[in-house]
Amino acid sequence: MPGFKSHSGSAAVLDRNHVDTDQIIPKQFLKKIDKAGYGEFLFYDWRYLPDGREDAAFELNQEETKGASILVTGKNFGCGSSREHAPWALKDYGFQVIIAESFADIFFNNCVKNGILPIRLSQNEIQQLGKDSSKQVIENLKVDLKEQFVAKADGEIFRFDFDPYWKKMLLNGWDEISVTLQQEANIKKYEDERIVNGQWEFNNHRGTFIPRDGGSV
Amino acid sequence: MSKTIIDKLWDSHVVVKEENKPDLLYIDLHLIHEVTSPQAFAGLREKDRTVRRPDLCFATMDHNIPTVDRFNIKDETSRLQVETLEKNCEEFGIQLEGLNSEQQGIVHVIGPELGLTLPGKTIVCGDSHTSTHGAFGALAFGIGTSEVEHVLATQTLWQNKPKQMNVRIEGELGFGVTAKDVILWFIAKYGTNVGTGYIIEFSGSTVRSFSMEERMTLCNMSIEAGAKASVISPDDISYEYIAGKRFAPKNQDFKQKCESWSKLASEPEATFDHTIEINASEIEPMVTWGTTPSMCLPVSGHIPAENPSSSSEEKQSLHNALTYMGFKGNERIDEISVQHVFIGSCTNSRLSDLIEASKVVEGSKVHPDVHAIVVPGSQSVKREAEKLGLHKIFLDAGFQWRESGCSMCLGMNDDIVPEGERCASTSNRNFAGRQGKGARTHLVSPIMAAAAALKGKFTDVRSLLSDQQLEVNRYAGV
Ligand code: SF4
Repeated sequence: MPGFKSHSGSAAVLDRNHVDTDQIIPKQFLKKIDKAGYGEFLFYDWRYLPDGREDAAFELNQEETKGASILVTGKNFGCGSSREHAPWALKDYGFQVIIAESFADIFFNNCVKNGILPIRLSQNEIQQLGKDSSKQVIENLKVDLKEQFVAKADGEIFRFDFDPYWKKMLLNGWDEISVTLQQEANIKKYEDERIVNGQWEFNNHRGTFIPRDGGSV
Repeated sequence: MSKTIIDKLWDSHVVVKEENKPDLLYIDLHLIHEVTSPQAFAGLREKDRTVRRPDLCFATMDHNIPTVDRFNIKDETSRLQVETLEKNCEEFGIQLEGLNSEQQGIVHVIGPELGLTLPGKTIVCGDSHTSTHGAFGALAFGIGTSEVEHVLATQTLWQNKPKQMNVRIEGELGFGVTAKDVILWFIAKYGTNVGTGYIIEFSGSTVRSFSMEERMTLCNMSIEAGAKASVISPDDISYEYIAGKRFAPKNQDFKQKCESWSKLASEPEATFDHTIEINASEIEPMVTWGTTPSMCLPVSGHIPAENPSSSSEEKQSLHNALTYMGFKGNERIDEISVQHVFIGSCTNSRLSDLIEASKVVEGSKVHPDVHAIVVPGSQSVKREAEKLGLHKIFLDAGFQWRESGCSMCLGMNDDIVPEGERCASTSNRNFAGRQGKGARTHLVSPIMAAAAALKGKFTDVRSLLSDQQLEVNRYAGV
């Protein structure tokens, strides 16, 4: 997975709760079979008017928020479907960090897997973060994963929690599948213990156990 | 220490357990569909990797499938996605029940009806409503595409064990109240965040009395309550459903399996991080009026009005929802007229849903201003329904009777609700734009959707039916 160590940039504020993945990227854009080029469809229904022009009222269409690489938002960000197209679109648009009061589980994992850092801060801390800036943009934030803090331009610091395992994976940018494949002996052992009379203990639709290199149906 | 069913499912699948690391969990069943898998297969190919256990993967296509003239996918990108799945399954040796299969259907409908979904398994799918399969006492949850690739390559996932919540539902449901109303009521009362970070076990006498299809409806929408997954301990009702299913264990093997499945139930002394108790008799037929599933009220209710004393955040979200849905506030729910009715989706497209809705519809006509469709969840639901003559009841009333797929639940095919129009829908999400840009979705049970189709507006289904008629035999499954 792509790595993440630290990041400096300005943050756009999307002061909304329960932003769901249907808003982040509507379903008509889920039909592609690659991972690239979703940024132009990010927040599509909020961003564009029916005639295709940008809607000037939308938070991310403000002159000052353009170029922001951090998104600051409310509760339950990314709820709804499991579509990884949502973080693909956020990343392609330019967001590297998302700071929210809370995230939906699957979305949180999907961010990490794509090298976007999802950070949970309390409502109070998020208010503090944006307190003395104009509402729409917070300039000069610094985010450090190793030390687990977000710092404001004036030096004020907000600490955040992060799972130690995923932190290590992100800091190193390791390929998750390669790391797991190092557990081959353990996986094999588990499988062997679950084969009873040539059958998978938990049942499968093929009747018999098909070993890992035996792709024949 | 006493264990919950969640502990037992979890512990029996841990491959690696080390400090400061998530557990490495083994996955017994990986369900695959066309939308969230192409990039995962492409990733395997890029790195020259294989699928570790093709025998534990099972694929179908559902999201993009037309429900009229199903073999003719006009949208080129949809067609490419479907063809890509065919190619990937062929190349990696994965069983696919595709468009021309008699078993094709919504992934969460066919897993159970084929006997792939069984108690004791870990089940994943690149789809959030994988929670549905928990109804059988499986640990089932949705994953993203990177995780799909990881499971294909390793048959495992690194997972931190979530907290556990017991939602105990006791008592008898009132007349005309369904499993769908229970889960809508739960989300309305406790919010879309209540389950975040938890796996929920649904327990209690109400749940025990539910058929498998009702249990699936309940677990299906636990994701709308924010939960990672939900489970129900298996019992005789589960085994009766599973018996004889195509891929389920047979004969002596089945008997032995039932015995071991019976040991999965939470032990009486086991503790949960959180418990919620619900009195089933309080629940009424529910209708969502806004743009999250928690914006939901009994059909007898009034839509909330903007309240000057609420916080600015609440004001804003209420204002946005009312504007999107075209309400001023204070409207009576049972005076809202609808232009579309959709009976379908992985929440409510199974045979018992269609049977119940048909009882409401039988002998009546769809309101002239309403466009109403029934989309069975799978080809076998469709066949079984036709054997019972349900299609005739719906067609005679003026419904359209379609082919199986996700359809208007998310409108990736041609089944879209036009901008500004209202739909009474038996699906699970009422997010802005979900059923089409500007479409206004109201989530309801199948019998409430049927009632709305006949009256052209939301109607308390209880007023349409005498006790006698509504007594639908709880159906043990296809
Ligand atoms: S029916 Fe709807 S919710 Fe269910 S899998 Fe299909 S699109 Fe998703």
